[in-house]
Amino acid sequence: MSIAQDQEQASKPFKQLDHRYEGIAKVTGKARYAAEFSESFSKTELVYAFLVRATIPSGSVKSIDSATASRAPGVLAVITPFNAPKLSQGPPQPPARRNLTLLQDANISYNGQPIAVVIGQSLNEAKVAAAMLKISYALQPAKLQWEKRLSEARWPKNPGKEPAGNHRGDIDAAFAKAAVTVDNTYITPIQFHNPMETHATIAWWQGDKLTVYDATQYISGVKMSLAKAMNIPVDNVRVIDPLVGGGFGSKGSMWSHVPLCAMAAKVVNRPVKLSLDREQMFGPVGARPSTINHIRLAAAHDGTLLGIQHDTVMNASVLEDFVEHAEGPAKNLYQSGASSVSAKVVEANLGISTFMRAPGEAPGTAVLEIALDELAEKLKMDPIELRLKNYAETDPSHEGRPWSSKHLRECYSKGSEEFGWASRNMTPGQRSDGKWLIGHGMATATYPANRSAAQATVRLLPGGRMYVASGTQDLGTGTYTIMAQQAAAGLGLDPKMVEVKLGDSTLPKAPVSGGSQSSASVLPAIQDATTQLKLKLIDLAVNDAASPMHGLQAADCDVKEGRLISKSQPAKSDGLVELIARNKNQPVEAQGQAEPSEAKDAMSTQSWGAVFAEVAVDPHTHMVKVRRIVGVYDIGVLLNEKTGLNQLMGGMTWGISFATHEDGIVDASTGRIVNASLAEYHVPVNADVGVLDVSVIGIPDLKFNPVGSRGIGEIGITGTAAAIANAIYNATGKRVREYPITPDKLLAG
Amino acid sequence: MKSFAYSRATSNAQALEAARARGTQFLAGGTNLVDLMKYQVEQPVTLVDINHLALTEISQIDGGGISIGAMVRNSDLANHPLVRTNYPLLSQALLSGASPQLRNMASTGGNLMQRTRCYYFNDISFSACNKRAPGSGCAALEGYNRIHAILGQTDKGPTSGETCIATHPSDMCVAMAALQATVEVEGRGGRRTIPFAEFHRLPGNDPSRDTTLREGELITAVTLPSAKFAKNAFYLKARDRNSYAFALISVAAGLEMEGTTIRSAGLAMGGVAHKPWRIPEAEKALAGQLASPENFAHAADILLHGAHGYEHNRFKIELAKQGVVRALTVAAQGTSEVA
Repeated sequence: MSIAQDQEQASKPFKQLDHRYEGIAKVTGKARYAAEFSESFSKTELVYAFLVRATIPSGSVKSIDSATASRAPGVLAVITPFNAPKLSQGPPQPPARRNLTLLQDANISYNGQPIAVVIGQSLNEAKVAAAMLKISYALQPAKLQWEKRLSEARWPKNPGKEPAGNHRGDIDAAFAKAAVTVDNTYITPIQFHNPMETHATIAWWQGDKLTVYDATQYISGVKMSLAKAMNIPVDNVRVIDPLVGGGFGSKGSMWSHVPLCAMAAKVVNRPVKLSLDREQMFGPVGARPSTINHIRLAAAHDGTLLGIQHDTVMNASVLEDFVEHAEGPAKNLYQSGASSVSAKVVEANLGISTFMRAPGEAPGTAVLEIALDELAEKLKMDPIELRLKNYAETDPSHEGRPWSSKHLRECYSKGSEEFGWASRNMTPGQRSDGKWLIGHGMATATYPANRSAAQATVRLLPGGRMYVASGTQDLGTGTYTIMAQQAAAGLGLDPKMVEVKLGDSTLPKAPVSGGSQSSASVLPAIQDATTQLKLKLIDLAVNDAASPMHGLQAADCDVKEGRLISKSQPAKSDGLVELIARNKNQPVEAQGQAEPSEAKDAMSTQSWGAVFAEVAVDPHTHMVKVRRIVGVYDIGVLLNEKTGLNQLMGGMTWGISFATHEDGIVDASTGRIVNASLAEYHVPVNADVGVLDVSVIGIPDLKFNPVGSRGIGEIGITGTAAAIANAIYNATGKRVREYPITPDKLLAG
Repeated sequence: MKSFAYSRATSNAQALEAARARGTQFLAGGTNLVDLMKYQVEQPVTLVDINHLALTEISQIDGGGISIGAMVRNSDLANHPLVRTNYPLLSQALLSGASPQLRNMASTGGNLMQRTRCYYFNDISFSACNKRAPGSGCAALEGYNRIHAILGQTDKGPTSGETCIATHPSDMCVAMAALQATVEVEGRGGRRTIPFAEFHRLPGNDPSRDTTLREGELITAVTLPSAKFAKNAFYLKARDRNSYAFALISVAAGLEMEGTTIRSAGLAMGGVAHKPWRIPEAEKALAGQLASPENFAHAADILLHGAHGYEHNRFKIELAKQGVVRALTVAAQGTSEVA
């Protein structure tokens, strides 16, 4: 489909909020997060739980002597594997399935696993008492140093949506006839999510009804999982979380501390707060696994890709397989004669791995796009030219089925122009600025566009105000803002007139805020709801003797800019404010729902982008400074300039982190995470982030959903790491194939 | 953190009297101590708050040099006109450390008492740490030792009660070592002066002790001798991010120049040892020599003589050599060249 055709189908422009819906509440400190609620119970009732964690990687708890701790000031209870209430823990559930550790046995599977909960009048009293527990362990040999046991790699037991191995064409034949090949191993480290808001839960029971405030990306998931864990009917659980302080996938699952908090509340018969320490964020609530990637590329002289092979091996917890599909982009990012990919795991006594921003695509593009850069260099081809040569016009991973919409070409051309790519020196180590070595690199960004079923409620209120609600979440991403916009657009009202409710499991159901799907799922449900609302309002008006619309055919009526109008008699109209006033100020409500169309299996839906980076490398300290990044994305309609570009920018910043900073270090003999703090586990600071220039192509993808937008939660992190790695190579001539690219590696390189 | 008693001292005498009780520690900026209390690495019985002592002056002293009160904040010290003009090396080192918020709180005396960032020291779930639990061994030796020492460490194997490969994390102290500062302390027995090189100690056979400060002694000031390196000084810091990261290695280089000849030098390294690493022979080797890459490399070789790395930190030896040469090169070009 051409651009012109796409544009023709574009929905009408909608009004954007200039500011984040909840922005004022956030900057004035009025916004409250899960750990900050207390009005539902008396403040003096609230007590605090502290999670006690194992200090060995494998074995069991032999005994816990809690006599001293129990007598310590303020201590209300100590729950251990030996006295914990028995739960009938059901099997894990998708998509947030997790094998939890809920003190139902004394086994220890990783260093840092919860093994007890101390409940105190204050957090500090609980913590001090926790240190008084005398814990003795029965040690078992631990499976650690997984990277030295690659021969133990096996197929995952439950690979998820994607098969763990996939072959297309004859890969051996491709390499046999290749003129140029690349064959290297690329490594990405374990990474921890570390949203600003640590995981936190407040739980309290009223009879057999359980209410929790929980920091989560999926309130209805927590509702289901918690009901199952506590063995109570699903409808007895209410989960509330109006604002999430970042999640990045870590809060997409319910982890052990949530049922443990509910258990603690039951034991002490009080509302209990359990908030994780920063160091407790390193282990019990997921991580991105480390991946070791063997990549082979086969190309003809003219740059045509004959074959791509990507075999990835990663660490998996002995508790549960989680597959980071780093090999994914090798299947669909480029057209190639043949492709062969596999994903295998090596078990280790580590915490469970989980989704982290752009699972699969983040490490996948980080490694594959270095390999492409190496191929371009061998071919003496411009890296963009190589990518255009192998542009996937249709989806090679699904027998060439069409994309719903793809404008990656425009991303390359717009990005290279804005960046000034033409002036790049193809020979590394040739450009300097004072002491600095300057380098330029680029990479492709990509992430699938996902969508699930969602429901929403809208109401027209007196005075031209509206209400919209859906049981979705706002991770700081702008869900409130775009919900207000979508609701207002349905009646042609100003989005400032809309009140938004989300983050409460009593609201209409919406999916997990993960996989970049919230806007693409919830907005069509709101759109449906406003359509239903419009019909109700029209019905109300044409049956209202006092309305100028009285007696008109409903089919002749529409809503425009806050007024009901007659299509055939433009003079006839009725204000929505007046209509509700005459309705004795009774709001009119409508429900809506939406789900992916049946046509979804006939096309592939994917977002795209091109990322360009300029770095400066100090040849004496081997430190890297990212001077600027240009990112141009094809993500359909950008729903809100401020929150949308902000989210992409956040992803790009994380790309800097991926490229040069983050590295979760496991102690080789104890399996403990050694750098479990934000002082030692590095993420970028202001001095590390240069100018970020973000823009979008903005062509609506109306085949994907009626709003024309694809989610943008993840794509920003993809491509950026490799663009930086390639720029570092261009600056120094040193090809580092193991992230993060730190001074020691550049010194050695 | 464990409960503790708190008292506020308004005079040195009062602070010293309060410090007689066992388990007492002075609380200055608290930027390191409070974290360690939260981790239960430090468990003081009593904290004596010295933030209200009259130790906040920076003054010129007779015969040249300056005296820096122990409670002068790192931000104030780094930005003081006397320091910026006469001791740019110290100013650069301070500003390369921590974050503005931390520097606003951190004090001069507290910075001297900063404890190691060794992961195994900072997490009490590791049982082996001779610094935290004397005699327990050293988990870092065969653990993740990328940030650890290559010089002056005690290495008698992971189970020895003497082994310690921790580094001192301060930037300020590296510059002070190169500047040959002295530390003024006051105890109940009176005052004494400790040359900077003798203030911090190597682990030797007792890694639990970072300094030669005696029980109950209070740091009152640091004095700097008259400025020799105002025009030719450079603090180089190699680290994993561009701010708010401890040094992988750092180099404080001060030169007193006569044309292209070095009259005298001050040279110390950070991030490589249990204390700021200064070998006077390296400075002597530079004195009277031309400011040349060969002479700088020679000084680096003297400084790094006997360096010994481990699985993850061997890179520090080469990085430190390059850093010393680079820092001396930039220093020789003149402080004004440093942007």
